Amino acid sequence: MTTTTLSRSKRSAADLLFDLCNTVFLLALLVLTLYPVLNTLAVSFNQAQDTVRDSTFLWPREFTTLNYSTLFQDGLIYHAFFISVARTLLGTISSVFCTAMLAYTLSRKDYVLRGPISFIFIFTMYFSGGLIPTYMLIKNLHLYGTFWVYVIPGLIGAFNLIVMRSFMEGLPESLAESAQIDGATHFSIFMRIILPLSLPVIATIALFVAVGQWNSWFDTFLYNSSNINLSTLQYELMKKLQSANMSVGGTAESAFASSKNIQANIVTPASIRAAITVVATVPIIIVYPFLQKYFVTGLTLGGVKE
Amino acid sequence: MSVTVERVKKHAGIKKSRSKWSKLRSQKALMAMSIPFVVYVIIFAYLPLYGWMMAFQNYKLGSAMLDNEWVGLANFRELFQDENFTRVIRNTLAMSLINLVFGFVSSIGLALMLNEVRKIIFKRIVQTVSYLPHFLSWVVAANLIMNVLSIDGAVNKVLVSLHIIKEPIMWLSEQHYFWWIIGASNVWKEIGWSAIIYLAAMTTIDPSLYEAASIDGAGRFRKIRHITLPGIRSIIVILLIMNIGHILDAGFEQQYLLQTPMVVDYSETIDIFVLKYGINLSRFSFATAAGIFKTVISVVLLLAANRMAKRMGQERLF
Repeated sequence: MTTTTLSRSKRSAADLLFDLCNTVFLLALLVLTLYPVLNTLAVSFNQAQDTVRDSTFLWPREFTTLNYSTLFQDGLIYHAFFISVARTLLGTISSVFCTAMLAYTLSRKDYVLRGPISFIFIFTMYFSGGLIPTYMLIKNLHLYGTFWVYVIPGLIGAFNLIVMRSFMEGLPESLAESAQIDGATHFSIFMRIILPLSLPVIATIALFVAVGQWNSWFDTFLYNSSNINLSTLQYELMKKLQSANMSVGGTAESAFASSKNIQANIVTPASIRAAITVVATVPIIIVYPFLQKYFVTGLTLGGVKE
Repeated sequence: MSVTVERVKKHAGIKKSRSKWSKLRSQKALMAMSIPFVVYVIIFAYLPLYGWMMAFQNYKLGSAMLDNEWVGLANFRELFQDENFTRVIRNTLAMSLINLVFGFVSSIGLALMLNEVRKIIFKRIVQTVSYLPHFLSWVVAANLIMNVLSIDGAVNKVLVSLHIIKEPIMWLSEQHYFWWIIGASNVWKEIGWSAIIYLAAMTTIDPSLYEAASIDGAGRFRKIRHITLPGIRSIIVILLIMNIGHILDAGFEQQYLLQTPMVVDYSETIDIFVLKYGINLSRFSFATAAGIFKTVISVVLLLAANRMAKRMGQERLF
């Protein structure tokens, strides 16, 4: 009796130390992860001249929404926001639908072309034409300078296809078979049976595609940089970032420094950048908690390889 | 219909292929739902390979592909003699290796620590927060990183107040810090996300192993070393092998967005090189040659890794 309590108390002392260290480490990680985000939020709400004098910590010292109102006086940001939302919605819906439809055909074990088509797609995961040939292709297809360049080239990704296919293969085959006996076509089986049952995997893939669409700036940079009407939020932010990088100091300070001289200037490039950063991040933060439960499933599903 | 059946019976030797054809004919609906996408992928993924011819030509903008002067391997020769290109390869490999080592160590470490947390709520909070940066774009992340690393940013303030450095450092203007900044920001952005897969692997470890170990008097560290780590060994190996094929993908966005004119010598990767020569300077043939070099090396590495995986008895990749 005494020995067990003794060993238990001894064990718990070592355990306690371990847990303490572990908790401290993880708390430090929390701070390190969140600090940059919260600091930028504080800068975006802090009066710009005050930020120049001394950087904020976690809380705006002199609260103002001037950075945001200045940002939105520029009609371009509204438009860029609209384009970002449009490409995210359209790109996600079309991509998820097409990927699911193709995945359904490839999940049918009796489909003769199942093997060859799967191979054609999987091969693209490891092999690509590269930047320049793709750029030339987009030009030759007359997608250059259009909105469709955001949607069409990314319609089907091989990785997403495999994830969806393996999920659909896990569904009971008898469901589709009995529908087939009742005279349902493949398309209606897909629409009415497979699609509703695949909701978890569809949510996961939709999340991946939507985040990719929302975050993308390179295609705007490459194909639509001359067409300001098709600019996206991330691209506008990227331009602001580049102009800060290329200026004399090479870091954010130069932006501060140049604005120090102009007293009339009530917002600084840095505070505007902070404001756009927040605008570009908020939609993700909003959907994040709702989709969080799905992406762990998604990632483990992705681990299933054939 | 019956005629076909008879015929099939007669030519039993070609029965299989014939039945395949007739089966295919009955699968018109499936074909209608999949063939358009095959056409799509051929156009968008395979047709660009036609452009590879540019690398062996002296391509002039606006001319038809086959009308150009053929120059053989001249572009490749020039590429390997180019000092910029060798430097770019050095940068790519250096940053790739830093990312690989940092990434593996940090995410396995985080998974181990999270696995030891007893309070479910705390574990969930840490996880939720640590995934978050994965969903931010590199543009946003680069902005945040620039803020933190600026002259009066948090990093300098902390280091100065701890008397580790005397004066604030312009982190992003110093060549020698650039690789490590990329490595650290990669860890910051992806640590939580890449830990997911290890955590998932840890849940499959038999709990009775831990019980047996504690009866034998093993402490937490010993259990981690002798049970948890061996338990996720196969997933570590497979991910390591998969990463070998991407050794020339040090990334593009981070470097492109965080680089300043002062650090160009250390920040340019192969992808930035291709962009710069191809799109900005319109040297299409030269840039395509660099792109081909990267793809070919990647595929060779991947095939080698796949073979290695097979030999080691691991699940192969394809």
